[in-house]
Amino acid sequence: MVGFQTLLLKEILRFWKVGFQTVAAPVLTALLYLFIFSHVMSGSNATFPGVTYDQFLVPGLAMMSMLQNAFANTSSSLIQSKITGNILFILLPPLSHWNFYGAYLIAAVVRALAVGLGVFLVGIFVAHVPVHSVAWIVVFALLGSGLLAALGLIAGLWADKFDQLAAFQNFIIMPLTFLSGVFYSIRSLPDFWQGLSHLNPFFYMIDGFRYGFFGKADVSVWLSFGVTAGAFFCISAVTLYLLKSGYKLRQ
Amino acid sequence: MTPAIEVLGVEKRFGQIVALSGVSLSIAQGEFFALLGPNGAGKTTLISALAGLTRASAGTLRVMGHDVVSDYRAARRALGIVPQEIVFDPFFSVRETLRFQAGYFGIARSAALDNWIDELLAKLSLTDKADQNMRQLSGGMKRRVLVAQALVHCPPVIVLDEPTAGVDVELRQTLWAFIRELNRAGHTILLTTHYLEEAQQLCSRIAMMKLGRIVAMDTTDHLLNAFSERVLRVKIDGNLPASQLALRTRQTGAWHHFAIHDLSEVETRLAALRQAGAHITNLEVAEPDLEEVFVNVMNK
Repeated sequence: MVGFQTLLLKEILRFWKVGFQTVAAPVLTALLYLFIFSHVMSGSNATFPGVTYDQFLVPGLAMMSMLQNAFANTSSSLIQSKITGNILFILLPPLSHWNFYGAYLIAAVVRALAVGLGVFLVGIFVAHVPVHSVAWIVVFALLGSGLLAALGLIAGLWADKFDQLAAFQNFIIMPLTFLSGVFYSIRSLPDFWQGLSHLNPFFYMIDGFRYGFFGKADVSVWLSFGVTAGAFFCISAVTLYLLKSGYKLRQ
Repeated sequence: MTPAIEVLGVEKRFGQIVALSGVSLSIAQGEFFALLGPNGAGKTTLISALAGLTRASAGTLRVMGHDVVSDYRAARRALGIVPQEIVFDPFFSVRETLRFQAGYFGIARSAALDNWIDELLAKLSLTDKADQNMRQLSGGMKRRVLVAQALVHCPPVIVLDEPTAGVDVELRQTLWAFIRELNRAGHTILLTTHYLEEAQQLCSRIAMMKLGRIVAMDTTDHLLNAFSERVLRVKIDGNLPASQLALRTRQTGAWHHFAIHDLSEVETRLAALRQAGAHITNLEVAEPDLEEVFVNVMNK
Protein backbone atom coordinates (compact mmCIF):
# COMPACT_ATOMS: atom_id res chain seq x y z
CA MET A 1 0.00 0.00 0.00
CA VAL A 2 2.90 2.38 0.74
CA GLY A 3 4.19 1.84 -2.81
CA PHE A 4 0.84 2.76 -4.32
CA GLN A 5 0.46 5.82 -2.07
CA THR A 6 3.96 6.99 -2.94
CA LEU A 7 3.38 6.65 -6.68
CA LEU A 8 0.06 8.47 -6.34
CA LEU A 9 1.69 11.31 -4.38
CA LYS A 10 4.51 11.54 -6.92
CA GLU A 11 2.04 11.74 -9.81
CA ILE A 12 -0.02 14.43 -8.07
CA LEU A 13 3.09 16.48 -7.22
CA ARG A 14 4.31 16.06 -10.80
CA PHE A 15 1.40 18.08 -12.20
CA TRP A 16 0.99 20.31 -9.16
CA LYS A 17 4.58 21.57 -9.42
CA VAL A 18 3.75 22.90 -12.88
CA GLY A 19 0.25 23.98 -11.90
CA PHE A 20 0.22 27.03 -14.16
CA GLN A 21 0.60 24.78 -17.15
CA THR A 22 -1.53 21.86 -15.96
CA VAL A 23 -4.40 23.57 -14.12
CA ALA A 24 -4.45 27.34 -14.64
CA ALA A 25 -3.83 27.26 -18.41
CA PRO A 26 -6.76 24.90 -19.21
CA VAL A 27 -9.04 27.02 -17.03
CA LEU A 28 -8.00 30.13 -18.95
CA THR A 29 -8.54 28.35 -22.28
CA ALA A 30 -12.04 27.32 -21.20
CA LEU A 31 -12.77 30.87 -20.09
CA LEU A 32 -11.78 32.16 -23.53
CA TYR A 33 -14.06 29.59 -25.17
CA LEU A 34 -16.81 30.74 -22.86
CA PHE A 35 -16.41 34.42 -23.70
CA ILE A 36 -16.11 33.88 -27.44
CA PHE A 37 -18.85 31.28 -27.92
CA SER A 38 -21.30 32.92 -25.55
CA HIS A 39 -20.83 36.18 -27.47
CA VAL A 40 -21.12 34.62 -30.92
CA MET A 41 -23.92 32.18 -30.06
CA SER A 42 -26.03 34.37 -27.74
CA GLY A 43 -29.69 33.88 -28.63
CA SER A 44 -28.90 30.52 -30.26
CA ASN A 45 -31.53 27.82 -29.86
CA ALA A 46 -28.88 25.05 -29.81
CA THR A 47 -29.60 24.40 -26.15
CA PHE A 48 -32.31 22.91 -23.95
CA PRO A 49 -35.62 24.76 -23.59
CA GLY A 50 -35.40 27.36 -20.83
CA VAL A 51 -31.59 27.23 -20.68
CA THR A 52 -29.56 30.17 -22.00
CA TYR A 53 -26.50 29.46 -24.14
CA ASP A 54 -24.15 30.78 -21.42
CA GLN A 55 -25.66 28.42 -18.89
CA PHE A 56 -25.62 25.52 -21.33
CA LEU A 57 -21.96 26.03 -22.19
CA VAL A 58 -20.44 26.09 -18.69
CA PRO A 59 -20.94 22.41 -17.75
CA GLY A 60 -19.97 21.27 -21.24
CA LEU A 61 -16.73 23.24 -21.14
CA ALA A 62 -15.98 22.01 -17.62
CA MET A 63 -16.45 18.38 -18.70
CA MET A 64 -14.47 18.84 -21.92
CA SER A 65 -11.57 20.34 -19.96
CA MET A 66 -11.71 17.49 -17.45
CA LEU A 67 -11.63 14.86 -20.18
CA GLN A 68 -8.75 16.47 -22.05
CA ASN A 69 -6.68 17.02 -18.93
CA ALA A 70 -7.25 13.55 -17.55
CA PHE A 71 -5.98 12.16 -20.84
CA ALA A 72 -3.05 14.59 -20.96
CA ASN A 73 -1.96 13.76 -17.41
CA THR A 74 -1.50 10.01 -17.75
CA SER A 75 -0.30 10.04 -21.33
CA SER A 76 2.28 12.81 -20.91
CA SER A 77 3.59 11.48 -17.62
CA LEU A 78 4.07 8.02 -19.06
CA ILE A 79 5.68 9.04 -22.33
CA GLN A 80 8.01 11.52 -20.62
CA SER A 81 9.14 8.77 -18.26
CA LYS A 82 9.60 6.33 -21.12
CA ILE A 83 11.57 8.73 -23.28
CA THR A 84 13.78 10.11 -20.50
CA GLY A 85 14.26 6.62 -19.08
CA ASN A 86 13.12 7.40 -15.53
CA ILE A 87 10.28 4.89 -15.95
CA LEU A 88 12.99 2.58 -14.61
CA PHE A 89 12.41 3.96 -11.12
CA ILE A 90 8.92 2.49 -11.02
CA LEU A 91 9.71 -0.67 -12.97
CA LEU A 92 12.42 -1.85 -10.56
CA PRO A 93 10.34 -1.73 -7.33
CA PRO A 94 7.74 -4.37 -6.44
CA LEU A 95 4.76 -2.34 -7.70
CA SER A 96 1.91 -4.36 -9.20
CA HIS A 97 -0.03 -3.45 -12.34
CA TRP A 98 -2.95 -2.49 -10.07
CA ASN A 99 -0.70 -0.07 -8.14
CA PHE A 100 0.48 1.42 -11.40
CA TYR A 101 -3.03 1.75 -12.85
CA GLY A 102 -4.58 3.09 -9.64
CA ALA A 103 -1.93 5.71 -8.94
CA TYR A 104 -1.80 7.12 -12.48
CA LEU A 105 -5.57 7.06 -12.83
CA ILE A 106 -6.37 8.73 -9.51
CA ALA A 107 -3.74 11.44 -10.02
CA ALA A 108 -5.22 12.21 -13.45
CA VAL A 109 -8.72 12.36 -11.97
CA VAL A 110 -7.49 14.75 -9.26
CA ARG A 111 -6.04 17.05 -11.95
CA ALA A 112 -9.24 16.76 -14.00
CA LEU A 113 -11.38 17.67 -10.98
CA ALA A 114 -9.12 20.64 -10.16
CA VAL A 115 -9.45 21.89 -13.74
CA GLY A 116 -13.21 21.17 -13.87
CA LEU A 117 -13.79 22.99 -10.61
CA GLY A 118 -11.72 25.91 -11.85
CA VAL A 119 -13.73 26.14 -15.08
CA PHE A 120 -17.00 25.91 -13.14
CA LEU A 121 -15.96 28.61 -10.68
CA VAL A 122 -14.98 31.08 -13.40
CA GLY A 123 -18.06 30.01 -15.40
CA ILE A 124 -20.51 30.95 -12.70
CA PHE A 125 -19.25 34.52 -12.88
CA VAL A 126 -20.45 34.57 -16.48
CA ALA A 127 -23.72 32.65 -16.12
CA HIS A 128 -25.92 31.37 -13.34
CA VAL A 129 -25.74 27.57 -13.53
CA PRO A 130 -28.24 25.61 -11.46
CA VAL A 131 -27.33 22.31 -9.78
CA HIS A 132 -29.99 19.64 -10.20
CA SER A 133 -28.12 16.61 -8.84
CA VAL A 134 -24.69 16.69 -7.23
CA ALA A 135 -24.58 12.88 -7.33
CA TRP A 136 -24.87 12.72 -11.13
CA ILE A 137 -22.33 15.52 -11.51
CA VAL A 138 -19.82 13.64 -9.38
CA VAL A 139 -20.54 10.27 -11.01
CA PHE A 140 -19.99 11.58 -14.54
CA ALA A 141 -16.98 13.67 -13.53
CA LEU A 142 -15.30 10.63 -11.97
CA LEU A 143 -16.24 8.11 -14.65
CA GLY A 144 -15.48 10.45 -17.55
CA SER A 145 -12.10 11.59 -16.30
CA GLY A 146 -11.29 8.03 -15.19
CA LEU A 147 -12.09 6.75 -18.68
CA LEU A 148 -9.89 9.36 -20.35
CA ALA A 149 -7.12 8.75 -17.81
CA ALA A 150 -7.17 5.05 -18.70
CA LEU A 151 -7.17 5.92 -22.41
CA GLY A 152 -4.18 8.18 -21.73
CA LEU A 153 -2.37 5.25 -20.14
CA ILE A 154 -2.99 3.13 -23.23
CA ALA A 155 -1.79 5.95 -25.50
CA GLY A 156 1.27 6.55 -23.31
CA LEU A 157 2.14 2.86 -23.35
CA TRP A 158 1.63 2.55 -27.10
CA ALA A 159 3.43 5.73 -28.20
CA ASP A 160 7.18 5.57 -28.64
CA LYS A 161 7.58 9.28 -29.33
CA PHE A 162 5.75 12.54 -28.64
CA ASP A 163 4.65 12.74 -32.27
CA GLN A 164 2.61 9.55 -31.99
CA LEU A 165 1.01 10.73 -28.79
CA ALA A 166 0.12 14.08 -30.37
CA ALA A 167 -1.50 12.19 -33.26
CA PHE A 168 -3.58 10.13 -30.80
CA GLN A 169 -4.62 13.31 -29.02
CA ASN A 170 -5.31 15.44 -32.10
CA PHE A 171 -6.92 12.85 -34.35
CA ILE A 172 -8.93 10.84 -31.82
CA ILE A 173 -9.44 12.64 -28.52
CA MET A 174 -9.93 16.21 -29.80
CA PRO A 175 -12.50 15.41 -32.54
CA LEU A 176 -14.47 13.14 -30.21
CA THR A 177 -14.63 15.83 -27.51
CA PHE A 178 -15.44 18.72 -29.87
CA LEU A 179 -18.16 16.70 -31.62
CA SER A 180 -19.76 15.47 -28.42
CA GLY A 181 -22.25 18.28 -27.86
CA VAL A 182 -20.08 20.56 -25.73
CA PHE A 183 -21.12 23.61 -27.75
CA TYR A 184 -24.64 22.58 -28.81
CA SER A 185 -27.46 20.19 -28.05
CA ILE A 186 -27.40 17.38 -30.59
CA ARG A 187 -31.16 17.86 -30.99
CA SER A 188 -30.29 20.95 -33.00
CA LEU A 189 -28.42 18.79 -35.53
CA PRO A 190 -29.85 17.18 -38.70
CA ASP A 191 -30.93 13.53 -38.23
CA PHE A 192 -27.80 12.04 -39.79
CA TRP A 193 -25.46 13.97 -37.50
CA GLN A 194 -27.66 13.24 -34.52
CA GLY A 195 -27.40 9.53 -35.29
CA LEU A 196 -23.63 9.79 -35.67
CA SER A 197 -23.32 11.66 -32.37
CA HIS A 198 -25.02 8.74 -30.64
CA LEU A 199 -22.02 6.60 -31.62
CA ASN A 200 -19.63 8.93 -29.85
CA PRO A 201 -19.09 7.77 -26.23
CA PHE A 202 -17.92 11.29 -25.29
CA PHE A 203 -21.43 12.57 -26.05
CA TYR A 204 -22.88 10.47 -23.20
CA MET A 205 -20.30 11.77 -20.71
CA ILE A 206 -21.09 15.39 -21.57
CA ASP A 207 -24.84 14.82 -21.74
CA GLY A 208 -24.97 12.94 -18.42
CA PHE A 209 -22.78 15.53 -16.72
CA ARG A 210 -24.99 18.34 -18.03
CA TYR A 211 -28.08 16.47 -16.73
CA GLY A 212 -26.62 16.87 -13.24
CA PHE A 213 -26.93 20.63 -13.62
CA PHE A 214 -30.18 21.13 -15.55
CA GLY A 215 -32.15 17.93 -14.98
CA LYS A 216 -32.52 17.87 -18.78
CA ALA A 217 -30.54 15.94 -21.36
CA ASP A 218 -30.57 14.82 -25.00
CA VAL A 219 -30.86 11.15 -23.94
CA SER A 220 -31.81 9.32 -20.75
CA VAL A 221 -29.25 9.88 -17.98
CA TRP A 222 -29.31 6.16 -17.28
CA LEU A 223 -28.32 5.42 -20.88
CA SER A 224 -25.46 7.93 -20.54
CA PHE A 225 -24.43 6.31 -17.27
CA GLY A 226 -24.52 2.82 -18.81
CA VAL A 227 -22.41 3.81 -21.81
CA THR A 228 -19.90 5.81 -19.74
CA ALA A 229 -19.53 3.16 -17.04
CA GLY A 230 -19.33 0.37 -19.64
CA ALA A 231 -16.64 2.22 -21.59
CA PHE A 232 -14.74 2.96 -18.39
CA PHE A 233 -14.66 -0.69 -17.32
CA CYS A 234 -13.79 -1.96 -20.82
CA ILE A 235 -10.93 0.52 -21.30
CA SER A 236 -9.72 -0.12 -17.74
CA ALA A 237 -9.67 -3.87 -18.39
CA VAL A 238 -7.57 -3.33 -21.54
CA THR A 239 -5.22 -0.99 -19.63
CA LEU A 240 -4.76 -3.47 -16.80
CA TYR A 241 -4.10 -6.27 -19.28
CA LEU A 242 -1.44 -4.18 -21.06
CA LEU A 243 0.20 -3.18 -17.78
CA LYS A 244 0.22 -6.76 -16.52
CA SER A 245 1.72 -8.04 -19.76
CA GLY A 246 4.44 -5.37 -19.59
CA TYR A 247 3.46 -4.08 -23.05
CA LYS A 248 6.26 -1.76 -24.25
CA LEU A 249 7.57 -1.54 -20.68
CA ARG A 250 9.21 -4.90 -20.09
CA GLN A 251 10.80 -6.68 -23.05
CA MET B 1 23.11 -20.96 2.42
CA THR B 2 20.75 -19.64 -0.29
CA PRO B 3 22.73 -18.06 -3.13
CA ALA B 4 22.31 -14.31 -3.46
CA ILE B 5 21.86 -14.71 -7.20
CA GLU B 6 21.06 -17.91 -9.05
CA VAL B 7 20.80 -18.09 -12.82
CA LEU B 8 19.89 -21.43 -14.36
CA GLY B 9 19.91 -22.09 -18.10
CA VAL B 10 18.70 -18.61 -18.99
CA GLU B 11 18.05 -17.82 -22.63
CA LYS B 12 16.83 -14.62 -24.18
CA ARG B 13 16.00 -14.10 -27.83
CA PHE B 14 14.97 -10.86 -29.53
CA GLY B 15 13.52 -12.23 -32.75
CA GLN B 16 16.41 -13.92 -34.54
CA ILE B 17 19.01 -12.42 -32.21
CA VAL B 18 20.14 -14.60 -29.32
CA ALA B 19 21.15 -12.28 -26.48
CA LEU B 20 21.59 -14.96 -23.82
CA SER B 21 22.26 -18.60 -24.55
CA GLY B 22 22.04 -21.06 -21.67
CA VAL B 23 23.60 -18.81 -19.03
CA SER B 24 24.03 -20.37 -15.58
CA LEU B 25 25.81 -18.94 -12.59
CA SER B 26 25.49 -18.77 -8.85
CA ILE B 27 26.73 -15.94 -6.64
CA ALA B 28 27.04 -16.60 -2.92
CA GLN B 29 25.86 -14.14 -0.31
CA GLY B 30 28.57 -11.64 0.55
CA GLU B 31 30.53 -12.12 -2.68
CA PHE B 32 31.96 -9.26 -4.75
CA PHE B 33 31.43 -10.64 -8.24
CA ALA B 34 32.35 -9.17 -11.62
CA LEU B 35 30.55 -9.84 -14.87
CA LEU B 36 32.80 -8.85 -17.73
CA GLY B 37 32.55 -8.93 -21.48
CA PRO B 38 32.69 -6.78 -24.58
CA ASN B 39 29.74 -4.62 -25.64
CA GLY B 40 26.87 -6.81 -26.76
CA ALA B 41 28.03 -9.82 -24.75
CA GLY B 42 24.73 -9.97 -22.85
CA LYS B 43 25.70 -8.50 -19.46
CA THR B 44 23.01 -5.83 -19.37
CA THR B 45 20.40 -8.24 -20.75
CA LEU B 46 21.20 -10.63 -17.91
CA ILE B 47 20.92 -7.83 -15.35
CA SER B 48 17.65 -6.69 -16.93
CA ALA B 49 16.30 -10.23 -16.63
CA LEU B 50 17.30 -10.29 -12.96
CA ALA B 51 15.53 -6.97 -12.41
CA GLY B 52 12.38 -8.05 -14.25
CA LEU B 53 12.89 -5.44 -16.99
CA THR B 54 13.35 -8.22 -19.53
CA ARG B 55 11.61 -11.56 -19.47
CA ALA B 56 13.83 -14.55 -20.09
CA SER B 57 12.76 -16.78 -23.00
CA ALA B 58 13.80 -19.83 -20.95
CA GLY B 59 15.47 -20.65 -17.65
CA THR B 60 15.16 -19.48 -14.08
CA LEU B 61 16.52 -16.49 -12.18
CA ARG B 62 16.39 -16.12 -8.42
CA VAL B 63 17.44 -13.34 -6.07
CA MET B 64 17.98 -14.47 -2.46
CA GLY B 65 15.99 -17.58 -3.38
CA HIS B 66 13.01 -15.65 -4.80
CA ASP B 67 12.02 -16.34 -8.39
CA VAL B 68 12.05 -13.08 -10.35
CA VAL B 69 8.76 -13.96 -12.09
CA SER B 70 6.60 -15.96 -9.68
CA ASP B 71 7.86 -14.20 -6.54
CA TYR B 72 8.79 -10.88 -8.12
CA ARG B 73 7.89 -8.70 -5.16
CA ALA B 74 10.35 -10.40 -2.78
CA ALA B 75 12.99 -10.69 -5.53
CA ARG B 76 12.82 -6.98 -6.34
CA ARG B 77 12.90 -5.98 -2.67
CA ALA B 78 16.16 -7.91 -2.33
CA LEU B 79 17.75 -6.17 -5.32
CA GLY B 80 19.19 -2.69 -5.78
CA ILE B 81 20.28 -1.76 -9.28
CA VAL B 82 22.45 1.11 -10.43
CA PRO B 83 21.65 1.44 -14.13
CA GLN B 84 24.18 2.11 -16.84
CA GLU B 85 22.42 5.18 -18.23
CA ILE B 86 22.08 8.37 -16.20
CA VAL B 87 18.36 8.91 -15.75
CA PHE B 88 16.50 11.23 -13.40
CA ASP B 89 13.11 12.80 -12.77
CA PRO B 90 13.40 16.53 -13.50
CA PHE B 91 10.43 17.46 -11.29
CA PHE B 92 12.03 16.61 -7.95
CA SER B 93 14.93 17.36 -5.62
CA VAL B 94 17.53 14.79 -4.57
CA ARG B 95 15.83 14.20 -1.22
CA GLU B 96 12.37 13.88 -2.78
CA THR B 97 13.76 11.43 -5.34
CA LEU B 98 15.17 9.24 -2.57
CA ARG B 99 12.01 9.41 -0.45
CA PHE B 100 9.90 8.39 -3.44
CA GLN B 101 12.22 5.52 -4.29
CA ALA B 102 12.05 4.21 -0.72
CA GLY B 103 8.26 4.56 -0.81
CA TYR B 104 7.98 2.51 -4.01
CA PHE B 105 9.69 -0.29 -2.10
CA GLY B 106 7.13 -0.03 0.70
CA ILE B 107 9.19 2.05 3.15
CA ALA B 108 7.00 4.76 4.69
CA ARG B 109 8.29 8.20 5.71
CA SER B 110 9.90 7.98 9.14
CA ALA B 111 12.76 9.43 11.15
CA ALA B 112 14.72 6.23 10.51
CA LEU B 113 14.31 6.62 6.74
CA ASP B 114 15.32 10.26 6.86
CA ASN B 115 18.41 9.33 8.88
CA TRP B 116 19.34 6.64 6.37
CA ILE B 117 18.87 9.08 3.49
CA ASP B 118 21.10 11.60 5.28
CA GLU B 119 23.72 8.89 5.79
CA LEU B 120 23.58 7.89 2.12
CA LEU B 121 23.90 11.52 1.04
CA ALA B 122 26.90 12.00 3.33
CA LYS B 123 28.63 8.81 2.15
CA LEU B 124 28.17 9.89 -1.47
CA SER B 125 29.18 13.54 -0.84
CA LEU B 126 25.73 14.82 -1.75
CA THR B 127 24.66 16.41 1.54
CA ASP B 128 24.87 19.97 0.23
CA LYS B 129 22.85 18.99 -2.86
CA ALA B 130 19.99 17.33 -0.96
CA ASP B 131 17.42 20.02 -1.66
CA GLN B 132 18.54 20.90 -5.17
CA ASN B 133 16.50 19.89 -8.18
CA MET B 134 17.95 16.94 -10.07
CA ARG B 135 18.30 19.10 -13.20
CA GLN B 136 20.86 21.29 -11.40
CA LEU B 137 23.29 18.43 -10.72
CA SER B 138 26.31 17.50 -12.81
CA GLY B 139 26.50 14.10 -14.51
CA GLY B 140 28.72 12.67 -11.78
CA MET B 141 26.35 13.88 -9.06
CA LYS B 142 23.36 12.40 -10.87
CA ARG B 143 25.19 9.08 -11.00
CA ARG B 144 25.79 9.27 -7.27
CA VAL B 145 22.07 9.86 -6.75
CA LEU B 146 21.41 6.72 -8.82
CA VAL B 147 23.65 4.80 -6.42
CA ALA B 148 21.74 6.24 -3.46
CA GLN B 149 18.43 5.30 -5.11
CA ALA B 150 19.61 1.70 -5.50
CA LEU B 151 20.56 1.54 -1.82
CA VAL B 152 17.73 3.47 -0.22
CA HIS B 153 15.68 0.32 0.50
CA CYS B 154 18.75 -1.46 1.97
CA PRO B 155 18.81 -4.39 -0.48
CA PRO B 156 21.05 -7.35 0.38
CA VAL B 157 22.07 -7.66 -3.29
CA ILE B 158 23.45 -4.69 -5.21
CA VAL B 159 24.01 -4.68 -8.96
CA LEU B 160 26.22 -1.99 -10.45
CA ASP B 161 26.02 -1.82 -14.23
CA GLU B 162 29.10 0.11 -15.32
CA PRO B 163 28.76 2.61 -12.45
CA THR B 164 32.00 4.46 -13.16
CA ALA B 165 31.61 4.87 -16.93
CA GLY B 166 32.77 8.39 -17.77
CA VAL B 167 33.09 9.63 -14.20
CA ASP B 168 36.05 11.35 -12.56
CA VAL B 169 38.66 9.78 -10.33
CA GLU B 170 37.36 11.38 -7.15
CA LEU B 171 33.89 9.94 -7.62
CA ARG B 172 35.32 6.52 -8.38
CA GLN B 173 37.32 6.49 -5.19
CA THR B 174 34.37 7.71 -3.11
CA LEU B 175 32.09 5.17 -4.73
CA TRP B 176 34.39 2.19 -4.39
CA ALA B 177 35.19 2.99 -0.78
CA PHE B 178 31.47 3.01 -0.02
CA ILE B 179 30.74 -0.15 -2.03
CA ARG B 180 33.61 -1.97 -0.28
CA GLU B 181 32.15 -0.91 3.05
CA LEU B 182 28.75 -2.30 2.03
CA ASN B 183 30.37 -5.54 0.91
CA ARG B 184 32.18 -5.86 4.24
CA ALA B 185 28.83 -5.31 5.95
CA GLY B 186 27.50 -8.41 4.14
CA HIS B 187 25.94 -7.03 0.95
CA THR B 188 26.46 -9.06 -2.19
CA ILE B 189 27.83 -6.99 -5.08
CA LEU B 190 27.51 -7.80 -8.77
CA LEU B 191 29.56 -5.45 -10.90
CA THR B 192 29.88 -4.99 -14.64
CA THR B 193 32.61 -2.69 -15.85
CA HIS B 194 34.95 -2.04 -18.73
CA TYR B 195 37.62 -0.88 -16.27
CA LEU B 196 39.27 -4.25 -15.75
CA GLU B 197 41.71 -3.00 -13.13
CA GLU B 198 38.70 -2.09 -10.95
CA ALA B 199 37.30 -5.60 -11.28
CA GLN B 200 40.71 -7.10 -10.49
CA GLN B 201 41.14 -4.99 -7.37
CA LEU B 202 37.61 -5.36 -6.04
CA CYS B 203 36.17 -8.72 -7.04
CA SER B 204 36.85 -12.11 -5.58
CA ARG B 205 35.22 -13.96 -8.49
CA ILE B 206 34.74 -13.13 -12.13
CA ALA B 207 32.61 -14.39 -14.99
CA MET B 208 33.35 -13.43 -18.57
CA MET B 209 30.66 -13.36 -21.23
CA LYS B 210 30.89 -13.47 -24.97
CA LEU B 211 28.01 -13.61 -27.45
CA GLY B 212 25.46 -14.40 -24.76
CA ARG B 213 27.46 -17.20 -23.14
CA ILE B 214 29.69 -17.45 -20.09
CA VAL B 215 33.10 -18.38 -21.43
CA ALA B 216 35.11 -18.25 -18.21
CA MET B 217 34.18 -18.19 -14.54
CA ASP B 218 36.51 -18.61 -11.59
CA THR B 219 38.11 -16.79 -8.69
CA THR B 220 40.14 -13.77 -9.75
CA ASP B 221 43.39 -15.46 -8.61
CA HIS B 222 42.68 -18.65 -10.56
CA LEU B 223 41.82 -16.72 -13.72
CA LEU B 224 45.02 -14.69 -13.44
CA ASN B 225 47.09 -17.84 -12.96
CA ALA B 226 45.35 -19.79 -15.70
CA PHE B 227 45.12 -17.17 -18.42
CA SER B 228 47.86 -14.67 -17.74
CA GLU B 229 51.60 -14.61 -17.20
CA ARG B 230 54.18 -12.03 -16.31
CA VAL B 231 54.74 -9.87 -19.31
CA LEU B 232 57.86 -8.19 -20.60
CA ARG B 233 56.92 -5.06 -22.52
CA VAL B 234 59.51 -3.43 -24.72
CA LYS B 235 59.61 -0.39 -26.96
CA ILE B 236 61.82 -0.69 -30.01
CA ASP B 237 63.30 1.91 -32.29
CA GLY B 238 61.81 0.88 -35.64
CA ASN B 239 60.02 -2.36 -36.40
CA LEU B 240 60.27 -5.59 -34.45
CA PRO B 241 62.63 -7.95 -36.32
CA ALA B 242 60.67 -10.58 -38.27
CA SER B 243 62.35 -13.43 -36.37
CA GLN B 244 60.78 -12.15 -33.13
CA LEU B 245 57.23 -11.66 -34.38
CA ALA B 246 56.14 -15.21 -33.58
CA LEU B 247 57.26 -14.80 -29.96
CA ARG B 248 55.33 -11.57 -29.41
CA THR B 249 52.02 -12.21 -27.62
CA ARG B 250 50.45 -8.81 -28.20
CA GLN B 251 51.10 -5.24 -29.26
CA THR B 252 49.52 -2.22 -27.54
CA GLY B 253 50.55 1.03 -29.19
CA ALA B 254 54.34 1.11 -29.36
CA TRP B 255 54.71 -1.64 -26.75
CA HIS B 256 55.51 -5.21 -27.79
CA HIS B 257 54.45 -7.87 -25.24
CA PHE B 258 56.38 -11.08 -24.53
CA ALA B 259 55.21 -13.68 -22.03
CA ILE B 260 57.78 -14.69 -19.37
CA HIS B 261 57.37 -17.30 -16.68
CA ASP B 262 59.86 -15.84 -14.22
CA LEU B 263 62.21 -12.90 -13.96
CA SER B 264 65.27 -14.93 -15.06
CA GLU B 265 63.75 -15.05 -18.55
CA VAL B 266 63.97 -11.27 -18.90
CA GLU B 267 67.68 -11.23 -19.71
CA THR B 268 67.37 -14.13 -22.15
CA ARG B 269 64.53 -12.43 -24.02
CA LEU B 270 66.32 -9.05 -24.16
CA ALA B 271 69.49 -10.73 -25.40
CA ALA B 272 67.54 -12.51 -28.13
CA LEU B 273 65.95 -9.22 -29.21
CA ARG B 274 69.31 -7.43 -29.35
CA GLN B 275 70.83 -10.32 -31.25
CA ALA B 276 68.02 -10.08 -33.80
CA GLY B 277 68.96 -6.43 -34.35
CA ALA B 278 66.31 -4.70 -32.24
CA HIS B 279 67.27 -1.42 -30.58
CA ILE B 280 65.39 -1.35 -27.27
CA THR B 281 64.41 2.15 -26.10
CA ASN B 282 62.25 1.29 -23.07
CA LEU B 283 61.10 -1.76 -21.12
CA GLU B 284 58.96 -2.83 -18.18
CA VAL B 285 57.93 -6.06 -16.50
CA ALA B 286 54.25 -6.35 -15.64
CA GLU B 287 52.61 -8.73 -13.23
CA PRO B 288 49.67 -10.82 -14.53
CA ASP B 289 46.65 -8.61 -15.10
CA LEU B 290 43.02 -9.05 -15.92
CA GLU B 291 43.36 -7.30 -19.23
CA GLU B 292 45.66 -10.12 -20.41
CA VAL B 293 43.17 -12.66 -19.11
CA PHE B 294 40.31 -10.87 -20.84
CA VAL B 295 42.11 -10.69 -24.17
CA ASN B 296 43.18 -14.32 -23.98
CA VAL B 297 39.69 -15.54 -23.04
CA MET B 298 37.95 -13.47 -25.71
CA ASN B 299 40.38 -14.60 -28.39
CA LYS B 300 40.12 -18.27 -27.46
